[in-house]
Amino acid sequence: MSELLQFVFSGLTTGSIYALSALGFAIIYNASRVINFAQGDFLMLGGMFTVACTQLGVPLYLAIPLGVLATVVAGALLERLAIAPAGNSNVVSLIIITIGASMFIEGVVQILFGKNQHAVPSFSGETAIPVGGAMLLPQSLWVIGVAAVIVVFVGCFFRFTMIGKAMLAMSANREAAQLVGINTRMMLLVSFCMAAFLGATAGIVAAPITMVVYDLGQMLGLKGFVAATLGGMGSGVGAIVGGLLVGLLEAFVAGYVSSAYKDAVPFVLIIIILLVRPGGIFGAKSVDRV
Amino acid sequence: MPTSHEHAIGALAKPVLEVSNLEAAYGRIQVLHGINIKVGEGQLISLVGANGAGKTTLLKAISGLIEVTGGTITLFGDAITTAPPDRRVRAGISLVPEGRQVFAPLSVEDNLRLGAYTRRDNEREIDLERMYELFPILKQRRRLAAGMLSGGQQQMLAIARALMARPKVLLLDEPSMGLAPRLVQEIFEVISNCKSKGIPILLVEQNALAALSIADYAYVLETGKVTVEGTGPELMRDDKVQQAYLGM
Ligand SMILES: Nc1ncnc2c1ncn2[C@@H]1O[C@H](COP(=O)(O)OP(=O)(O)OP(=O)(O)O)[C@@H](O)[C@H]1O
Ligand SMILES: [Mg+2]
Repeated sequence: MSELLQFVFSGLTTGSIYALSALGFAIIYNASRVINFAQGDFLMLGGMFTVACTQLGVPLYLAIPLGVLATVVAGALLERLAIAPAGNSNVVSLIIITIGASMFIEGVVQILFGKNQHAVPSFSGETAIPVGGAMLLPQSLWVIGVAAVIVVFVGCFFRFTMIGKAMLAMSANREAAQLVGINTRMMLLVSFCMAAFLGATAGIVAAPITMVVYDLGQMLGLKGFVAATLGGMGSGVGAIVGGLLVGLLEAFVAGYVSSAYKDAVPFVLIIIILLVRPGGIFGAKSVDRV
Repeated sequence: MPTSHEHAIGALAKPVLEVSNLEAAYGRIQVLHGINIKVGEGQLISLVGANGAGKTTLLKAISGLIEVTGGTITLFGDAITTAPPDRRVRAGISLVPEGRQVFAPLSVEDNLRLGAYTRRDNEREIDLERMYELFPILKQRRRLAAGMLSGGQQQMLAIARALMARPKVLLLDEPSMGLAPRLVQEIFEVISNCKSKGIPILLVEQNALAALSIADYAYVLETGKVTVEGTGPELMRDDKVQQAYLGM
């Protein structure tokens, strides 16, 4: 029983990170139908910028917001310099551009920060808290708590703000969105900034657990993508449920089978999704009457 | 043939929207070949033409959804030929697109609120209530996803959404398409109502009889060119128009 609880804690922690990553995928997908393969790099950049700041002597509580800000700027630059100029290219070309951008980002980071892993201290110590026979790391609480707060904010943003609704409208019908005066170019920029924000936050709260290395984004991005697809690409709820599911499944496989198979979970999952339910759990069911 | 009196009515109105020598293409295929159209203050202008004549293309070019390859578009004398669509909406152009294009997963009320997306004034709530008065069915269904509405209701919503922007010129692309006769009549009443409020209208219709009956001035579009123009009654008397579009 306490073993199960231990796996649940661990699964919820990584699952929260995947969920934020998956939300980033969903937001950009909704604005453009583009799958942004540089999403994982936003997680890495958040951690790496934070590490860079602390190495320069900036205290952690300042390094974190700076890391987030720098990553959001990177997200904006990615959209302005790589996506926007491609303008009306088809979606596949844009996706390939994001793959190129991802390689470019990792290359630059590797040159600047090297290939080695960088540690980030836990936010509030390493003393595990005993809960029901299992041990919960304070950093896990940070990860789950921050993810929960962000998810609530993102939910409110789409439900209650005009910009949020405009982004939903753009996702539902791009031309009609233009016809009510929504600046779709600006919205795409906003969506990249949001995705970068979500990625950076996830990457930073996770950094004390994952360590930071230039190619960290490859695995985290891929798992976020699997989570988003599992939940139903473009669905916010789907991204969160998908993220938690992938995290929990991984933890169970690692715990009850072997940690060697842990990283196979997302790949097996994606094959199953594509075969059984290509639209994902919360896949967009068309509400159009035909 | 046109009488000088009828022409005078058209000429009197100050121009709101002017399209001059407009050309547009999809890839290498040119679809519009130098279109000249004017919409004056308070006027209802109808544009009729067969399938594929380029009516939708013209309205999309005016709204900025597609780029033009030649000619100019001016609104109150200002060139907007290359302005992005959102700037044109701010300038006062609203299009009710072909096939309604409501935001299907969003609620009816969100669709209406998004119609006022470019406005910053504080009369948006008042306008929302006005739309509900004009279309009571939309009020009943305001929490429903727009995609769940019937075709006629979606058309009402598309028109109401466009009106929420307080347009200075309203473009309508086949608003009666696919609707039952009773609903067609209702839509035309709404259009007349807009005209009586002084909103200049450019109406594209395949229902030529209805469109010409309420038009101050009308154009016939054939394969990307204006072939006949005149006041509504003139076109209804025109032999060619009678044969091709009125089935007489
Ligand atoms: N997206 C597109 N790509 C390529 N060609 C197009 C596209 N849209 C329209 N066309 C072509 O442009 C021409 C004009 O089309 P348009 O839709 O403007 O006609 P329309 O007068 O609105 O017709 P309808 O009465 O059927 O709505 C047609 O020959 C059509 O096949
Ligand atoms: Mg058409």
